[in-house]
Amino acid sequence: MSANFIRRILFDEKSRSILIQALVIGIFAVFIYLLVQQTAANLERRGISSGFDFLGMGAGYDISIRLIPFTSEDTHLRAYFVGLLNTLMIAICGCFLATILGFLVGVIRLSSNWLFRNIAYVYVEFTRNVPVLLQIVLYYSILLHLPKIKQAIVLFDTFYLTNRGLFSPLPIFKDGFVIVLGSFFVAIVVSFFVKRYLKKKQENFGKQYPIFLINSAIIIFTPLSFYYLMGMPIEFEQPVLKGFNFKGGMVIRPEFIGMLLGLSIYTAAFISETVRSGIVSVSKGQREASQALGLKSNFIMKLIIIPQALRVIIPPLTSQYLNLTKNSSLGIAIGYADLVHGFGGISLNQTGRAIEIMLMVMLTYLTISLIISLFMNLYNKSVQFKGNA
Amino acid sequence: MTKIKSLFISLVLTLGVSTAIAGSHGSTLDLVKERGKLMCGSNTGLAGFGAPNDAGVWEGIDVDVCRAVAAAVFGDASKVEYVPVTTKVRFTVLQSGEVDLLSRNTTWTLSRDVDLGLEFVGVNYYDGQGFMVPAALGVSSATELDGASVCIQVGTTTEMNLADYFKANGMSYESVPVETNAEADAAYIAGRCDVYTTDASGLYSSRAGYADPSAHVVLPEIISKEPLGPAVRHGDHEWGDIVRWSLNAMIIGEELGITSDNVEEMKSSKNPEVLRLLGVEPGYGAYLGLDNEWAVNILSQVGNYSESFEKHIGPNTPINIQRGLNALYKDGGILYAPPFR
Repeated sequence: MSANFIRRILFDEKSRSILIQALVIGIFAVFIYLLVQQTAANLERRGISSGFDFLGMGAGYDISIRLIPFTSEDTHLRAYFVGLLNTLMIAICGCFLATILGFLVGVIRLSSNWLFRNIAYVYVEFTRNVPVLLQIVLYYSILLHLPKIKQAIVLFDTFYLTNRGLFSPLPIFKDGFVIVLGSFFVAIVVSFFVKRYLKKKQENFGKQYPIFLINSAIIIFTPLSFYYLMGMPIEFEQPVLKGFNFKGGMVIRPEFIGMLLGLSIYTAAFISETVRSGIVSVSKGQREASQALGLKSNFIMKLIIIPQALRVIIPPLTSQYLNLTKNSSLGIAIGYADLVHGFGGISLNQTGRAIEIMLMVMLTYLTISLIISLFMNLYNKSVQFKGNA
Repeated sequence: MTKIKSLFISLVLTLGVSTAIAGSHGSTLDLVKERGKLMCGSNTGLAGFGAPNDAGVWEGIDVDVCRAVAAAVFGDASKVEYVPVTTKVRFTVLQSGEVDLLSRNTTWTLSRDVDLGLEFVGVNYYDGQGFMVPAALGVSSATELDGASVCIQVGTTTEMNLADYFKANGMSYESVPVETNAEADAAYIAGRCDVYTTDASGLYSSRAGYADPSAHVVLPEIISKEPLGPAVRHGDHEWGDIVRWSLNAMIIGEELGITSDNVEEMKSSKNPEVLRLLGVEPGYGAYLGLDNEWAVNILSQVGNYSESFEKHIGPNTPINIQRGLNALYKDGGILYAPPFR
């Protein structure tokens, strides 16, 4: 039986391919196992400690750019979260800015105005073809040459621009602000129903309503009136120049601004090309047909071109978001305290746990990227053709 | 069938390679001799300590330790290849065997000595962390630095000392982390930070490179002990001994008044310790696995500690550092080498 069995496996194409694949996976698993084993043995032989116990130990250093409180007595684990939040902050702000700028430039590149079109062209070709690291360092160097702290540029008597960042008043929320905030969310919910109601009315009676204007008014004026009703429950703490630095208020550091500019200007160039190709991909007949129907040009864009272009734009846009997020690890070049700089750099150096820390940082980037992909894929599904059309 | 066969072959090869990687370790001295040159991890550029000069030749007191080891092993101080490493990668580079010796102003601490698998073999410069500020600020003491922005190199003991010092004095600060000495200089000169803090030796070295050195003052407070010295991998004690005694030979050379100029005359000295050091009375080279001329080669090609100090960082150089703590124990410093016997 056994000889027959082996013959069957070796000469039957299907079972043979299963066998080969199983073997490859097996070899790969053995290889990984040996690698891990070997590394652990080497570390031990060289007397290098390993393990994750360092996460609970005091970090011993300070981080100035942070979203949650952090002192030198906090643990390395907390330093990890400080870095993670900084990475997320730059990624979210960067994607947001890059998208706006990219769509704008993409549309301008198709404009009939020769000057605008060519300015956009030069911008795209320049930024796309210069390494993003150099651009980040360039913007940061320019920011470093802003006036020194004592000669700050004062804007509207409230903002101070220096080479240590943009200092602005810090809003302090008092009792009663919760109600203002609540009214804001209620206004959003209400505007949603208003939109549905007016849309339905338009479908039934054919009359168009300025939905956007009405809803903007609801969302802006409801919380605003509550704000005054509650006796203005926000105070602003002004930054004051005292000694070496501004005290009070809040500050956006040049490291953050440099990263934001570098990443979003670079990525926007790629996004603009994606947007342009998306718009161009919509066949000319669509535009001509809608013109023949007498639609206004902004309606043609909004109702006919963009929805079809989005189907082409979204998948490459996703990979641009992923690129931007991963490129944010370049913050190390200018001292932006992201995940790689703080936890992946300073903690690594203080503890010497290179393998453990790098694994954690890599897994974190992987997770962030997968989450971005997940949401973009969901969004992509929602803009694709429905049904078998 | 051939497919399956090749798969098996690759499996065997994979196993073979990984065992081969595991098995490759011999004595560092043999490795260095076989290679014909010493791989030395040095600073990326710190004038007076380790930096290439105008002709591209590496110079400095840290570099002299590498040269001394090369002189002891090969009889030729120039058989060194310098690998410039940042503060961040220096230990990894040494641990992984990319360099044989790390001599780049690195502080000897317990955790580095024990936890990182390193072996510090001595101290070639007793340093401490200091602060430099523009003279125009009118600051005369580090205790007046509350609220200042401080430029600091990441991945150093400096960072932790700074956090401790400001905390202990109830002061706040903004840390501006930078990667290299050059970046710190740029950020400090641009006014991104009020204060630049690192080992005092580094501050003097940086200041010497500024357009107007007199516009910057190093504050009197020294907030830490920073014994800087060469390090090797833990476990190869014979190699550690060679590096340790190469450095000691330079210090003992100064003690005994042996310089690169008089080393040949000193061979006819009456002092038995001189005779032992210079190999006239043989045997001590063999203990280290070297020839009898090893210390002669160090002293004639590199010079004694004082010569190295005066040439690279002493008062007659732009760096302008006094001997201070780094004078011999006989002259009021703490530089002290165990006896050569």
